[in-house]
Amino acid sequence: MITLLFDGLAYGMLLFILSCGLAVTLGLMNFINLAHGAFAMAGGYATVILTNRLGMPFLLTLPVAFVIAAAVGWVLERTLYIRMYEKSPLDQVLFSIGLVFMAVSGVDYLMGSQQQILHLPDFLRGRVEVFGVGIGIYRTFLIVVCGVLALALQLAVTRTRFGSRLRAAVDDRRVARGVGIPVKTVFAVTFAVGSGLAGLGGALGAEILGLDPSFPLKFMVYFLIVVSVGGTSSMAGPLYASILLGVADVLGKYYVPELGGFVIYAVLVVVLVVRPQGLFARAS
Amino acid sequence: MAKTDMTPNGAKVVKIMRRPVRWSLAEIAFWLLAVASVFLLPGQHLILTEIAGLAILALSLDLILGYAGVVSLGQAAMYGVGAYAAGLYAIHVTGEPLSGLLVGAAAGAVIAFATSFLLLRGADLTRLMVTLGVAAVLFEVANKAAWLTGGADGLQGIWIDPILGLFDFDLEGHTGYVYSLTVLFVLFVIARLVVNSPFGYSLKAVRDNPLRASAVGVPVNARLVAVYTLSGAYAGIAGALFTQTQQFISLDVLSFQKSADGLMVLTIGGPGYLYGGMIGALAYKLIQDALSGFTPQYWQFWVGLLLVIFVLVGRDRPRQFVIDVMARLRGGKGGAQ
Repeated sequence: MITLLFDGLAYGMLLFILSCGLAVTLGLMNFINLAHGAFAMAGGYATVILTNRLGMPFLLTLPVAFVIAAAVGWVLERTLYIRMYEKSPLDQVLFSIGLVFMAVSGVDYLMGSQQQILHLPDFLRGRVEVFGVGIGIYRTFLIVVCGVLALALQLAVTRTRFGSRLRAAVDDRRVARGVGIPVKTVFAVTFAVGSGLAGLGGALGAEILGLDPSFPLKFMVYFLIVVSVGGTSSMAGPLYASILLGVADVLGKYYVPELGGFVIYAVLVVVLVVRPQGLFARAS
Repeated sequence: MAKTDMTPNGAKVVKIMRRPVRWSLAEIAFWLLAVASVFLLPGQHLILTEIAGLAILALSLDLILGYAGVVSLGQAAMYGVGAYAAGLYAIHVTGEPLSGLLVGAAAGAVIAFATSFLLLRGADLTRLMVTLGVAAVLFEVANKAAWLTGGADGLQGIWIDPILGLFDFDLEGHTGYVYSLTVLFVLFVIARLVVNSPFGYSLKAVRDNPLRASAVGVPVNARLVAVYTLSGAYAGIAGALFTQTQQFISLDVLSFQKSADGLMVLTIGGPGYLYGGMIGALAYKLIQDALSGFTPQYWQFWVGLLLVIFVLVGRDRPRQFVIDVMARLRGGKGGAQ
């Protein structure tokens, strides 16, 4: 039972890293980016290629995965996304569906449609017994890394100069620009960091979630659930939502496997109906 | 409309409200071409059947998106439920196709009606998520209820009787195409009547400004529920038609891909004038066919690229083109508008 909770926690933390970038673009910048999973996939494939083909140490590939996904995010934001901010939700949806399709078949073409297997280094494999509870080492590693990142993110948004600029730009774009905040740069950096975190999440999760070209479609709903259940007014909301979702998913699949993913979608619909602004959002 | 005591303005309103109800030459030409395709393209009937089915799906989406302004990512929910309902009806009750269509329509309408209340809360973003979520739930249900739906293996053993007891479904798809085209035409005529009725005008008012619409006395929520249910019935019929012409159902009918297809088709043709779905379905299938001709596995990449370019360029362009052409056709007789 505790092992399951632990696994759920690790899974939830992973979901948080994967989807916190979406919380920013969707919630703060009001952009419906269904292609968010494509950035995660980019990071995942970067790690798989680097470790399996080039023999790079796994830990070293993680920052590389972040940088690659962030770079892709930066370039796409500057060239394409920037033209979409002012358009209608329908345009944004179609645009990002187009990107997803391109990413899915592009990766299929380059890497093949099979599931990619990531070889973790030996010191991250296996389980240890702590007080009679079996705990996966990789799961622990995930919780530590993602926990540190979540804390750093929260501090970055609330305590740093960049964070306050971002919040200002989100609250009122025109006024922020008026007082000299480079809104475009702030958005571009935020988008790139969000994409980079997704890439990192994709790399970390390649072993747990699996990695194949349909990744962006398969997990799109999960990311959207995290954001809509968690709300977007703070970093804490998506974090709680991710953990809740992770634990519920792991427990659900273990105890009532016949229900499968059903529980999660039902939770999503109920939450959206009862509290459209999110479960953990402040009432506006 | 009453003809008594009409003020000049009132008369003008009646005239304007009646004008689009007349069939224009371009519309008649469009349907004559569709009928001609039955005789002139006998080798293409299978793909034309798919186009007609896709056009009905897009038409159902047009009713809510083009006329009521509701963005949905979950039209596959009603489409898929209609498909499964028609399939199960054919297996367990009777293979009679016309009543099968009605069963599909009823199933789609029930799902749409039940979920329409979820749509009334929140704006575009919430609606996208709710519709996406509903379709995902139903996909998962169909996947798990393998004893009923066949699960991932698909529903097999569907046998459809001859239409009206006369026309048997053949392998080349001739009957299927004439059948699909007829259903499409009937649904189109009904949709055309609906959107040009006072009900349709109130929908457009809701689309353009819900607040003002409610201020002039349009019951916004009731209108949305009604049109979403109607749209669900249309999508259910599209699904039932798919079942009857393919005689096989896979989980794909409930997939996100199906919803995305419908949305893409409608936006290619342009929402809000009913022909968008048909023109879009034709264009989409032709593009897909051409692409899968030279890259069978990766055609989706190019569809994605086209979609991105299409949105960046501005998706009202093709529609503007159609309007221009129609205006020019009409211009020969009645002068510029």
